[in-house]
Amino acid sequence: MTSTITPDTSAPVAISVEEQQFNDLIEADSRIEPRDWMPEGYRKSLVRQISQHAHSEIIGMQPESNWITRAPSLKRKAILMAKVQDEAGHGLYLYSAAQTLGATRDDMTDALIAGKARYSSIFNYPTPSWADMGSIGWLVDGAAICNQVPLCRASYGPYGRAMVRICKEESFHQRQGFEILLELMQGTEEQRQMAQDSVNRWYWPALMMFGPPDDDSPNSAQSMAWKIKRHSNDELRQRFVNMLVPQAAVLGVTLPDPDLHFNEETQQWDLGEIDWTEFHEVLAGRGPNNAQRLQRRRDAHDEGAWVREAAAAYAHKQSARTEEMAAK
Amino acid sequence: MTTPGDSAAEIWPLWEVFVRSNRGLSHVHVGSLHAPDETLAVRNARDLYTRRSEGVSVWVVPAAAITTSDPDAKGAFFESPAGKNYRHASYYSKSEGVKHL
Repeated sequence: MTSTITPDTSAPVAISVEEQQFNDLIEADSRIEPRDWMPEGYRKSLVRQISQHAHSEIIGMQPESNWITRAPSLKRKAILMAKVQDEAGHGLYLYSAAQTLGATRDDMTDALIAGKARYSSIFNYPTPSWADMGSIGWLVDGAAICNQVPLCRASYGPYGRAMVRICKEESFHQRQGFEILLELMQGTEEQRQMAQDSVNRWYWPALMMFGPPDDDSPNSAQSMAWKIKRHSNDELRQRFVNMLVPQAAVLGVTLPDPDLHFNEETQQWDLGEIDWTEFHEVLAGRGPNNAQRLQRRRDAHDEGAWVREAAAAYAHKQSARTEEMAAK
Repeated sequence: MTTPGDSAAEIWPLWEVFVRSNRGLSHVHVGSLHAPDETLAVRNARDLYTRRSEGVSVWVVPAAAITTSDPDAKGAFFESPAGKNYRHASYYSKSEGVKHL
C-alpha cells in the first residue's frame, strides 16, 4: 500500500507480460474475463468465493421450502415458490461463473455434500414460524443485497454479471419479506408477538452474514486489492444497520440490541457486541441445523441420480441415431 | 482453444444462451448452462434466464461450436483505430450549424 522513496537495492522482480496486463486491467478498474491470464491465487480465491456463494443459494432453498405447503394463502404459496425457484436459479448462475474458472460442477457438488465446502451459516438456523419467511426476506435477503450490490462491480466479469441478475431478483425477495412482517404487525397481538419473536431470532445471525470483524478477516485485504471485494465487512454491516433502524420503525418491531444507539458524531448507529463465538460454532458445523441441511442436500442429490442418468442416456441415444442417419 | 466452462471433466456439454428480449431486437448473450442435449438446453434456458418475461425467443448454441479470436493476440487482431477518426461523423466539424447534416 505504501510507496517507499528509499532506492531499492535488491534485484528487480521480473514480472511477466501477462501479469503486467492483469495488473493494468485491475488498476484501470476494468474487468478480467475467463480467457485472460490471471494469478493462481486470484483464480482460487474466486472459485472459493463463488462456489460458496452458489452453495449458499442452493442450501438457502431449504429453510423456506419447508413453508411452501403451509403458507397461509394461495398467493403467499405462489410467491414463496417463485422465491425458492429464484434461489435455485441464483445457484446455477453462480455455478456457471465458477465453471468459467475451471471448477467442475461435479467437484463443487461433491465438496458440498461431503461437508468440505462452506456455505453461509445463516441457513443453518431453523424456521419454526411463518413470520420467519418475513424475517428471512427482510433481514437475510436484505443483508445479502447489501453484500451483493458492490459485487456487481467485482473485477471478474462473469461473477459481476451473475450478481447483476441476482440483485435485480433479490429486491423482490426483500420486499415480500417486509410485507409479510408488516401484515403480521398490523394483525392480532399474537401475530405481532410472532413477528417480534422471529426478528429477535434472525437479527444477530443476519449481522453475522457480513463475516468476521475487519481485524479478524484473513482474506479481505487481498480480495480488496484484486477488486473482488469493494468494501470491508464492518463497513457493509454498518451500512446495513443504518438502513434497518428506520425500516424497523415502520414495521413497529424492536431490534434486539439494547446497546443500539445513534452516534451524533459519526451520524451512524452504533451497535452492541456481536457474539462471535456463536458465529464460529455454526461455521464449524455445530449450528442448530447443519447436519439436517447437508443430509437433505445429499438425499436430493442421490434421489435425483436417475434423472441425470436418464437424461444422459437419452442424449446419447439421440446423438447415436443422428450419426446413424448421417451415415446412411 | 477450449471455451471457458467447457471441460472434458464435465458430464454434460456447455451451451451458451442468447435471449431476444423483444421483437425487433437482437438476441443477446445472457449466460451459459450445462445440459445433456439441445432440447433440454433450450428448456433449461427458458427456466433459468426468462422467469420474468425477459424474452420472446431463446437460442442455445453448443459452446464448442463457437470460434473466437485469441485474446493474447489482441494488438495484432484488432486494427488500431489511431489516426482513423475520419471513420466517425464527429470528425467532420465544418458542417456545424448547417441543418439536417
